[in-house]
Amino acid sequence: MSNLRRAVRLGLIGGLAMSFVGAIGMVDKFDDRLLIDPFLTLGMLVLLGIPVVIGVLVARGEPNPLVELVRDPAAGAVSGLLAGIIAGTATALYALLIDGVKVQQHFPNMSPQMVDALTFGLGVPRGLLVLVGGAAVAGALGGASVGLSDTIRHGLTRSVGWVLGVALLESLIDDMFEFAEPVIDLIYTPLGVVRWSSALVIGALAWFLHTRFRGEGKRFTSAVGEADSKSNLRRGLIVIVALAVLILPQLLGGILNELMINVALFILMGLGLNIVVGHAGLLDLGYVAFFAVGAYGTAVLTSPLSPTFDPLLNWWVALPIVLVFAVIAGIMVGTPVIRMRGDYLAIVTLGFGEIVRILLLSDWLTPIFGGAQGIRRIPGIQVPGMGTIGGTDPELFVYFLMFFVAIAAYISYRAQESRVGRAWAAMREDEDVAEAIGVNTVQSKLLAFVTGAVIASFAGALFSAKVGTVFTNSFDVLVSIIILVVVIVGGMGSIPGVMVGALVLIGILGGPKSPGLLQEMSEYKLLIYGALLVYMMLKRPEGLLPSVRRTRELHGEEMAQDAWLHKSGEPEDEIAEAAV
Amino acid sequence: MALLEIEGLDKSFGGVKAISGLDFHIDDGEIVSVIGPNGAGKTSFFNVISGIFPPDAGRIVFEGDDLAHHLPNEITYRGIARTFQNVRLFPNLTVLENAMVGQHCRTSSGMWGTILQTRKHREEEKMIEEKAKEVLSFFGSRLAGYRHEQPAFMLSYANRRRLEIARALATEPRLLLLDEPTAGMNPRETLELTEQIGHLPEARGVTVIVIEHDMKVVQNVSDRVVVLDHGVKIAEGSYDEVSSNDQVIEAYLGRPAKAANE
Repeated sequence: MSNLRRAVRLGLIGGLAMSFVGAIGMVDKFDDRLLIDPFLTLGMLVLLGIPVVIGVLVARGEPNPLVELVRDPAAGAVSGLLAGIIAGTATALYALLIDGVKVQQHFPNMSPQMVDALTFGLGVPRGLLVLVGGAAVAGALGGASVGLSDTIRHGLTRSVGWVLGVALLESLIDDMFEFAEPVIDLIYTPLGVVRWSSALVIGALAWFLHTRFRGEGKRFTSAVGEADSKSNLRRGLIVIVALAVLILPQLLGGILNELMINVALFILMGLGLNIVVGHAGLLDLGYVAFFAVGAYGTAVLTSPLSPTFDPLLNWWVALPIVLVFAVIAGIMVGTPVIRMRGDYLAIVTLGFGEIVRILLLSDWLTPIFGGAQGIRRIPGIQVPGMGTIGGTDPELFVYFLMFFVAIAAYISYRAQESRVGRAWAAMREDEDVAEAIGVNTVQSKLLAFVTGAVIASFAGALFSAKVGTVFTNSFDVLVSIIILVVVIVGGMGSIPGVMVGALVLIGILGGPKSPGLLQEMSEYKLLIYGALLVYMMLKRPEGLLPSVRRTRELHGEEMAQDAWLHKSGEPEDEIAEAAV
Repeated sequence: MALLEIEGLDKSFGGVKAISGLDFHIDDGEIVSVIGPNGAGKTSFFNVISGIFPPDAGRIVFEGDDLAHHLPNEITYRGIARTFQNVRLFPNLTVLENAMVGQHCRTSSGMWGTILQTRKHREEEKMIEEKAKEVLSFFGSRLAGYRHEQPAFMLSYANRRRLEIARALATEPRLLLLDEPTAGMNPRETLELTEQIGHLPEARGVTVIVIEHDMKVVQNVSDRVVVLDHGVKIAEGSYDEVSSNDQVIEAYLGRPAKAANE
């Protein structure tokens, strides 16, 4: 019986995953964060979430979308239970092993705390049984859920999702809804943990709202999806979102505005990289170099502590000069790589990114760039009538970010639907043919690099003014990679996609140097980035909010088949010819 | 003076001499077919003219200028456009966008115009779209109306070939190189396209060089036929002259049986 084998196999994988999550210290670290009072911690959620997922995978059997299998919750529960037991037992054995053998000096996270966490604080014999039992139940639940009717399952997922969302985003909600304190007190305990009673209420409410307004919700999302960029619906939506975003900084406190600034910086850089990678198809892994040009350029031009050159310019005056630097940088990076494709282009641009960083760090250029000390005391942005606004006033500074994000989005949007954008798209599709059709690929590529560089330098200039100090450690290759992940996960080539990507990744998980909303995640964010990237590539390569073109590229055959199957009333040439 | 005058063209790939000492000319308004067995060097001939590969020797004089060693996009700008043997459209761009890319070399609006949405830019965009629709209309209803917004990968095979030609026409060429335009089409489609190719000089003012294997097409369309074999021109003349030429027959069919038995 192949299902048995699947259950065993997935159970062992689950056990491995659970042990791994324990071994890296995630479970005991996350155990500190209580989600639902008094029993559910984030650590337990992560640990027991794995057998739930395993249960779902086991019960799904062989995925075969053409055949609507009637799935039985009971059968699913049984296989899920089996998988859960195996996963739990494997993990229990692992915990037992670590309890007995002291390996902490080699693996610092495999500590007594880890064992404690894996046994739910109950110690070795009893805790292990609880672990196995818990995993078994979790697996069974996961397996059973597959057999439930779609409505029930969706309702369940929604309510669980909402409850977890409310729990995890406690700090954000607390800050945003300060005016509604009584409600906040109802939901959360004084320590910021969701009360189990309110969890039930929220869950039930979410389920109810979902079932009640399901049709309307679906109609709305498909209307938005199909809407032409010129339609009133799209425009209205954009206006509403824009207004909400404009008011938001006034509602949020300093910390959350800081977060918004970070997210906005990544949106800005994401939009720039989107043009290079998404529109023109040039895989640039050294994008952070342009960010550095903008940041250091601004620092040198505006800071009184800038060694050698200190023109002490106003930020606004320095900006066009910095843009010129960026254009030069774009041409310098683009020219050597004109004839390179794919992987070679990626490696060379990666190299350039590193070259810039090392040059900035070097002793040779220390007289200009301050070397390892960097440049400090970079002034903020002067606004007539309001003085200098820097990182100390995040609620105001964030508006500068919004302004430049809007500019970048506008440039990106206009470019797409123009001669320039079509040339990029043609180059991306088939560079040789594009050249044969008359596109000057050299000019086109350089234009893409330069545009991307200019946008990144905006971000750099803003970053300098906000942080007040620049060191080279803000400009390593990791930043380039994270921007790329943001663009890919959000949706390559799609402007709203990049925004969503930045929001989800930087906002929730945190950026390379700053935490996101889920502060516990900051140690593990790179792990999660990697896992998320792999998952997205397998399941949804076009990204979270893809451009139509990208979805076409990746699911072209499926769409062609669908179109062919659903063709209605359009005279197919061949049929019409046959009739003649 | 001939529109295109080629003298002593040579091209080798590694050890293979694809084109050897080829002389070729075509006058304004002519349709010349280039035929020959597979591997004769016909597509290489097109590749060298269109700039995809530089020739090893020889001159390619188009409207008085030697275009050898120019970049493909420069050659297209000068007025030579081509289609590909294995249809190479931009699959994820719409039909209309594919045609619009053809207008790239005839327009000049750049990033500034795009960002500032200058009048020149907007007018140019409108003109590009109209021109694209116009070349698509050369094929009547086949590529018209709702087809404009369809991504190119959705087109039927015959329509893809037509789009290839339309895209090349969008570059406003003086000389059009068609590489096996009717390959893979059924007889009806072939007939239709043959007629359309025949109209190209009067309807659109283009001179055409056609590589073809279908002799009926060659017969109906050509003013002159040039035969290549193993990179060398072995015959040239009207269809009737060439089709009764012994060397040509031998190249396609091999030596006659009685000669082999002697």
